[in-house]
Amino acid sequence: MREKVAMARHNYDVVVIGAGGAGLRAAVEARSAGLRVAIICKSLFGKAHTVMAEGGVAASMGNVNENDGWKVHFRDTMRGGKFLNHYRMAELHAKESPDRVWELELWGALFDRTKEGKISQRNFGGHEYPRLAHVGDRTGLELIRTMQQKIVAMQQADKKEFGDAESYLKVFAEVTITDVLKENGKVAGVYGYRREDGVELLFEAGAVILATGGVGKTFKITSNSWEGTGDGHALALKAGGNLVDMEFLQFHPTGMVWPPSVRGILVTESVRGEGGVLTNNLGERFMFKYIPDVFKDKYADNEAEADRWYIDQDNNRRPPELLPRDEVARAINSEVKAGRGSPHGGVYLDVSKRLSAEVIKKRLPSMWHQFYELAGVDITKEAMEVGPTCHYVMGGVEVDPDTAAAVGVPGLFAAGEVAGGMHGSNRLGGNSLSDLLVFGRRAGVGASEYVKHNQPVKVSESTIKLASEKIAAPFKRTGGENPYTLHQELQEITHNLVGIIRTKSELADAISKIGDIRKRIENVSVAGDRLFNPGFHLSFDLDNMLLVAESTAKSAIVREESRGGHTRDDFPKMDPKWRTRNNIASFDGKEVVVKQQPLPVMPKGLFELFDASELEKYLSRDELAKGGR
Amino acid sequence: MSKKLKLKIWRGNVDSGALQEVEVEANEGEVVLDVIHRVQATQMGDLAVRWNCKAGKCGSCSMEINGKPRLACMTQIASFADGEAITVTPLRAFPVIKDLVTDVSFNYKKAMEVESFTPPADLKPGVARMDQVDVERSQEFRKCIECFLCQDTCHVIRDHEENKKSFAGPRFFIRIAELDMHPLDILKNRKKKAQAEHGLGMCNITKCCTEVCPEHIRITDNAIIPMKERVVDEKYDPVRWLGSKIRKREGIV
Repeated sequence: MREKVAMARHNYDVVVIGAGGAGLRAAVEARSAGLRVAIICKSLFGKAHTVMAEGGVAASMGNVNENDGWKVHFRDTMRGGKFLNHYRMAELHAKESPDRVWELELWGALFDRTKEGKISQRNFGGHEYPRLAHVGDRTGLELIRTMQQKIVAMQQADKKEFGDAESYLKVFAEVTITDVLKENGKVAGVYGYRREDGVELLFEAGAVILATGGVGKTFKITSNSWEGTGDGHALALKAGGNLVDMEFLQFHPTGMVWPPSVRGILVTESVRGEGGVLTNNLGERFMFKYIPDVFKDKYADNEAEADRWYIDQDNNRRPPELLPRDEVARAINSEVKAGRGSPHGGVYLDVSKRLSAEVIKKRLPSMWHQFYELAGVDITKEAMEVGPTCHYVMGGVEVDPDTAAAVGVPGLFAAGEVAGGMHGSNRLGGNSLSDLLVFGRRAGVGASEYVKHNQPVKVSESTIKLASEKIAAPFKRTGGENPYTLHQELQEITHNLVGIIRTKSELADAISKIGDIRKRIENVSVAGDRLFNPGFHLSFDLDNMLLVAESTAKSAIVREESRGGHTRDDFPKMDPKWRTRNNIASFDGKEVVVKQQPLPVMPKGLFELFDASELEKYLSRDELAKGGR
Repeated sequence: MSKKLKLKIWRGNVDSGALQEVEVEANEGEVVLDVIHRVQATQMGDLAVRWNCKAGKCGSCSMEINGKPRLACMTQIASFADGEAITVTPLRAFPVIKDLVTDVSFNYKKAMEVESFTPPADLKPGVARMDQVDVERSQEFRKCIECFLCQDTCHVIRDHEENKKSFAGPRFFIRIAELDMHPLDILKNRKKKAQAEHGLGMCNITKCCTEVCPEHIRITDNAIIPMKERVVDEKYDPVRWLGSKIRKREGIV
């Protein structure tokens, strides 16, 4: 056997778990503050799920329409989130995202340009002006590569100065973290193992930043890769942190539906931003039927006006295909349920009638490629079949907006998709890439400040022993259950009972079934040895996904209203009473417990950015009368 | 519509290994990665394979399928004749870790050797102005998903381990070309260094890299050949080189 069970010890000021956009941005910042930083990748360096982000990064640079500015972006974000966002996060995000985009250009990013040579910006759902900086439809790849290369540049500089490229900044690829370690109530490090050889790793660290992304793999149909298993969500829960509003999951309205092997793979919203229309099997452009009252003044109610908008945006309302994602996903769901769907249970999305083949291939190259290679569909000539896919979790670790510090766990920070609050009940397209840049940087600053003001805590041998035993456990059991089978069962439960449309009885059923699986995973056993063993690996991911699923189901059953990424068949309307409450999930060692907490009240200065007539749609009379804080 | 498929999978580690034949179900529209996952979930729980996006965007599931370097997520089962055996093996140019997973750290070492993007020291954020046509040249190379199939297929290293030391490979030639054509990069001598330090001269333009690139980047025509040509030019014509750098600076307001 090549298997080694030795343990390697490392010591860093800051450990960043996750090497997607948020993690890399945080690492750049912490290194810039003069600290020693470890970056832990679940996969190889540069492969994170951020590469899948297609449409762009939202930043109110005003390059295409100079009326844009942070206040407009802030308003759009709050509206999109149905006013459940943490106002402070939305404010920081809107104010800082232009700087975060411009700074990427200094690191080598090459965005598409306007005629004047500025960074071009495109339209997207819920954004009032063209706002998304982009590179064709591979913007996420550009972000990852730019930051990956920035890290290499910093390592090269360190090599020149200190003789060792990895003296201050080191990437640990294909490592799984199984525990955030605490001593005396403070974060002291993390524990895990290296997949390449199964060697266990102890990282002692002053601060730990969670940047682990999303939870999509908890669901059957998802745009997420195998990495999206809620690792950071679960690590935070187990370390004593809270998850805020885990009921809010974004089902992206347009995932591929055929063939089955590609079901769920994302079809970028840019297709609609560039003029793609949605139709049902009657050829009807159905979105006009689904414009909710709160958006009636911003969206065209007839085809003529919607089509004119592509040419003249100042004098026409937007096409309803560009409504926020939750609205479009529900509309598609309703059309399919009513029997007006496409042959494979989706609807049609067609951009071939608006744009020439040449323009489509230029603006949507990877979409053309994806459909042509995987579905045999030429999108320059025919319509795509699309349907909702689990894409993004709005809920996440409860953090302090300014520092990204996890509430209740000194030394723990969270940024990007794993953090909650920023997007409220629904995220606008493009706000994810800007979120991870803005709060990735803030987490880097926050962790650096924390490390400078707090003595590192030594990890005790007893803590290490417990963490090590946990890693060894799946091999100690024999004849237990297959982790792949349990994963499939969990996905069936979440898909059928905690999906786009929810009801009390089904959620209760889900909670009970998730409890049953929790008992069974204690019995999981895996084949083979520790060396690069996906089954072994899945046994830890499963544990994380179960905690996520339990948090989501338990938060969903108490929120008796429909808002954003949470739709209850038995409570189909928004309820102003629930707008003032966050669901806070915590873990008591045995199960997830959900409590309510008042939503922070917007200060007057931000409150006054909205028309009273708009706020009336969301806020109670009492709140309106107070007019902010 | 599903059918039974014969799949030969190389299993083993750095010490030893062999092809193992399995029978597995394949459904309409599935790709090689789908059936590998099915084998993993039902027959070989510890079968090692890298993958992430399953949509040809991350470049993780690189392997050799019937001897050709390919992404398993973009290789349709339907592209093989009925009854044709499908054989999957790890990338040959890199050391095996386990089964279909190889140690690709060579590429990360080479990335570290390419001098990074270097903008003018006084460039302020938000002020750069570039024409679309000028960014498109580098954008083509920035489409690279780092699947390393070009590195795997390049015979300079595929069959000659000893060349690895002095040869960066096609992936890093397009990286150098990208920086060389980047409107904001001011570093001089990138092409010369490609020749002197990264082994550009060892490439004899067989275009194997271009053929396997899943992003259809014209590695040889648009990066390698122009650099090779200009390396020669610059040896004799320093004025022309200077001119090209001055034009670059004009792009910055």
